[in-house]
Amino acid sequence: MIESYVPILVTFLVATFIGSAIIVLSTVLAKRNPTPIKLMPYECGMDPIGGARQRFSVRFFIIGMLFIVFDIELIFLFPWAKIFNQLIPFGFIEMLLFVLVLLVGLVYVWKKGALEWE
Amino acid sequence: MNEPEQSIILLYLILVGVLLTAAGLIWLERRLLGLWQDRYGPNRAGRFGSLQVAADMIKIFTKEDWIPPFADKPVFVIAPAIIVITTLLSFAVIPFAPEIEIVNLNIGLLFFLAMSSLSVYSVALAGWASNNKYSLLGGLRAAAQMLGYEVFMGLSLAGVIMLAGSFNLREIVEAQRNVWFFIPQFPGFVIFVIAGLAETRRIPFDLPEAENELIAGFHTEYSGMKFGMFFVGEYMGVTLISALIATLFFGGWMGPLLPPLCWMIIKTFIFICGFILVRASLPRLRYDQLLSFGWKLMLPLALLNVVVTGAIILAAS
Repeated sequence: MIESYVPILVTFLVATFIGSAIIVLSTVLAKRNPTPIKLMPYECGMDPIGGARQRFSVRFFIIGMLFIVFDIELIFLFPWAKIFNQLIPFGFIEMLLFVLVLLVGLVYVWKKGALEWE
Repeated sequence: MNEPEQSIILLYLILVGVLLTAAGLIWLERRLLGLWQDRYGPNRAGRFGSLQVAADMIKIFTKEDWIPPFADKPVFVIAPAIIVITTLLSFAVIPFAPEIEIVNLNIGLLFFLAMSSLSVYSVALAGWASNNKYSLLGGLRAAAQMLGYEVFMGLSLAGVIMLAGSFNLREIVEAQRNVWFFIPQFPGFVIFVIAGLAETRRIPFDLPEAENELIAGFHTEYSGMKFGMFFVGEYMGVTLISALIATLFFGGWMGPLLPPLCWMIIKTFIFICGFILVRASLPRLRYDQLLSFGWKLMLPLALLNVVVTGAIILAAS
């Protein structure tokens, strides 16, 4: 089984080589001429106020949690889909209930307003 | 195709072919955009601007390769390489013709999904490492967008897996001998195309780099070939998604008369042109529209598609 992944490893090595070759090549070929203004973060010509390492509120955390819930659902769904032909009809009803529970969850989150981006 | 020398030659041919396609797309996209938007597009370098790619390459390699002193240097340098590596790796599982593929993996489809999830690190890390406010916002947008669109991209494929009974891309193609999956799986096809557009961060889903809000989003601070790598990565992503649409929904290499490889290339090329047409004709979504579109419309639709497909298979047996 594990031998079938050898080509993946080879592809990874070749792809990594290509990726690093491009970076090295551009480092060698490009010229450098730094000036103080060039060395500032680009903010449309204004002098930047403060750095980018500040805390600010993102509605990102809830989306991240939702993602985990639904991605784990996918992990259950994929093996089920693979052997669906051998599971009917019982497997279908079971998955119907599973999807229903998740849909109820989605509706709850929706009604709570977690999907609204302010 | 068991001899190692042959496999390695094939691997190089496929990877070089993919890179050349991505480079060619730089020219093709601008040419087609020009055609569809009633302007010229590149037409100076060579006949019909065909040497534009060479000119761009020379320009971009010799441009100042700027690493900002305030950036997180190792991450800043690695980030553009990640997108190139993960996208090239995804091509390993795509069967271009019965004998032409790098590896016949029995979990090929899952491998593709894994690699496309990894490619978001490239954008998110680039945005974070640049230490620029616009880049950071672009990177965060990219991450949130991926989280939303990843889920129903996988869900839209569940129907295909149910019909084919396999994750192996070659078996999925073989299963379409009688009818191409875009007929029984039309909703899945539409959802996958939309998720694919979001996955490659192209208009109408190019919020991470929205020029008129975020300058250039996650690659504001990038220049020279590191900037170019994001572009090559994007074009390779377009090629990859097009090749996958052809494989999963349009019978892959199957077709009359012409050799299998020709059919695969023709189908992929048609979908690439489709991607460019979408870019030429649609405006960019607003960010809240993007997220509610993903979570409130596409996700329930994808779930429904799985249930309906299951019911139809149940009724047919």
